[in-house]
Amino acid sequence: MMTANTFDLHTYWTRHLRPRLKPLPYLLLLPTVYFVYLFTIMPTFKVLRDSQTYYHPNRPAREIMSDLSLPGIEEAKRSIRGPHDVGFAYFRAMFDPDTVEGERFFRAMRNTIIYVVTTVPISMLLAFTFAVLVNRRLRWIGSARIAFFYPTMLPMVSAATIWLFFFTPEYGLWNAALRWFGYHGAENWVINPDLALVGLIIVAIWKNAGYFMIFYLAGLQNLPEDVYEAAALDGASWWVQMFRITLPLLRRTTLFVSVVAIISAFQTIDHALVMTYELVTGEADLLLYEIYNQRFILQNYGFANALTVVMIAILLGLTIINFLISERENE
Amino acid sequence: MNETQSFKRQTPAEWLVTGITVLLAVLWAVPIIWAVIVSFRPPDDDLGVDDVWFGNTVTLASYQKATDLAPFFPDWVGADAEGFPGHSYYANTLEWVLLALVVQVITVTLAGFVFAHFDFVGKRFLFYFVLMQMMIPTAVLLVPNFITIREFSTATLGIPKFIYYKEVSLYDTPWAIAMPYFGSAFGTFLMRQAFLSVPKDLVEAGVMDGCRWYHLLLNVYLPPSYPSLVAFGLVSVSFHWNELLWPLVVTSDKARPLTMGLLRFTQLTDIGAQWSLVMAATMIIVAPLLLAFLFFQRQFINSFLYSGVK
Repeated sequence: MMTANTFDLHTYWTRHLRPRLKPLPYLLLLPTVYFVYLFTIMPTFKVLRDSQTYYHPNRPAREIMSDLSLPGIEEAKRSIRGPHDVGFAYFRAMFDPDTVEGERFFRAMRNTIIYVVTTVPISMLLAFTFAVLVNRRLRWIGSARIAFFYPTMLPMVSAATIWLFFFTPEYGLWNAALRWFGYHGAENWVINPDLALVGLIIVAIWKNAGYFMIFYLAGLQNLPEDVYEAAALDGASWWVQMFRITLPLLRRTTLFVSVVAIISAFQTIDHALVMTYELVTGEADLLLYEIYNQRFILQNYGFANALTVVMIAILLGLTIINFLISERENE
Repeated sequence: MNETQSFKRQTPAEWLVTGITVLLAVLWAVPIIWAVIVSFRPPDDDLGVDDVWFGNTVTLASYQKATDLAPFFPDWVGADAEGFPGHSYYANTLEWVLLALVVQVITVTLAGFVFAHFDFVGKRFLFYFVLMQMMIPTAVLLVPNFITIREFSTATLGIPKFIYYKEVSLYDTPWAIAMPYFGSAFGTFLMRQAFLSVPKDLVEAGVMDGCRWYHLLLNVYLPPSYPSLVAFGLVSVSFHWNELLWPLVVTSDKARPLTMGLLRFTQLTDIGAQWSLVMAATMIIVAPLLLAFLFFQRQFINSFLYSGVK
């Protein structure tokens, strides 16, 4: 028999390790692990390598709409056969505003940051407002709930197509409404380089507010009622209850919704494909749109991979920040 | 907020709140109401200032013309649109959405079961490995994933090249669109949570009776977990039905789904500003999900609440 302070490898193997190494769980897990490996883990490492490689474009050179002229790339480009290892040339170009690539990267990053810091807070504020308005026992309140939530069920393409009309100059409803409020500025929200990004932001807010609303609604419905009864007895007004009780109690919901909102803001560009694709000068390009554009339209393969690396770094960074915040909340 | 308020006479302040609610709800609903109304105008009806809502006639002509211009429906429905014979946007969307759903239900149930039931070496590592999919969404990896699909072969499936090698052409098939979604971290997580809430006594009784793992899964774990599986299915179908970017990358003609069909339709130059035609096409695409949502409102909203896990 084994005594408490001797470590017997054989006993450890038969009693602890071998029963936990039976093949069945691994076999059942194989499909999921395989597909996650093939489409998430492996590509993540693949872009790291491909972002340092120059591939020749697939089309004849004269058809390529824009081409690279970067210090580290010239030589590889003149060669006949690829691919070529170009080191960090793409990343150097990306952070150098004097190159075309650097300029485009800076613009895409600026647009993405503007997009995220406007859509996320505004749609969350609206979501909370909707949730408070809808969380009452009235006969027709269900239809208000439907009105706020239905944009979630629409494909982003359809939503953007409908809004394309709203943004039409002269008779578009958005412009008509603005004129009613006394706005007389530029009207074509899709082609105008200064307004296109605002157009994307408006559509995203309209589409997402109802989705975020349901999380606040669930949060509101789970609040303890006795707290409100006590507050009402103390004579606390509606505003005091809202800011001193409801919002603090919903802090976790807010954190959670903001994470969902930020991550989905980075990966939704369907409306850009409908609304701003004509804007070839790219004033409203978001980061993911720039990736798509560089890879599939301009055929700058390596640069598209380098942009993907940046995107992954941002998303992982956000995940880590979220993890740290929620750890602190739990303490 | 509390039940004592229910159906009581409203105070002026409450009337104000109700008024704001109605106003906002109407504002939010204007786009879909407008789209429905305009889709029933004739296709060549031009909109103009003060003429953006009802036309003179209510007609299905726009729907008819839209289905003639683009292959939204299969041939046997009666539309004779140009396109690839035997392929229609509806059939394509249904095909890949159902393919993804069927495979996902299987992989997700098995993986959730493994993480909830078994104890094995590397469990925690494999769990975080799968959860990586939530942190790096597939949409972001479209560049390398496109290469994976284009260069798919028996070697990708793990068969050594010296035994057998054959390239599998997946580009422009439903498999190409569905495959990245075959493994789902969100579904795995959801099903694991559901299985973990099954009482341990029930499982132990099953083990005592000599149940094999598939008996346990089918008769003990799954029955109380069906609501979670249905929720996952609803979210999966609605997300995939609306997917655009990934299909755009891996399909060209034959497997083109509805969303991509609408995108191409709006970009046809000769359709331009024929809004009633474009809106008819839009309604053709959104109608199934929207109607399903109106009928099963509660189920959809509850399912989407789960979707926040991702």
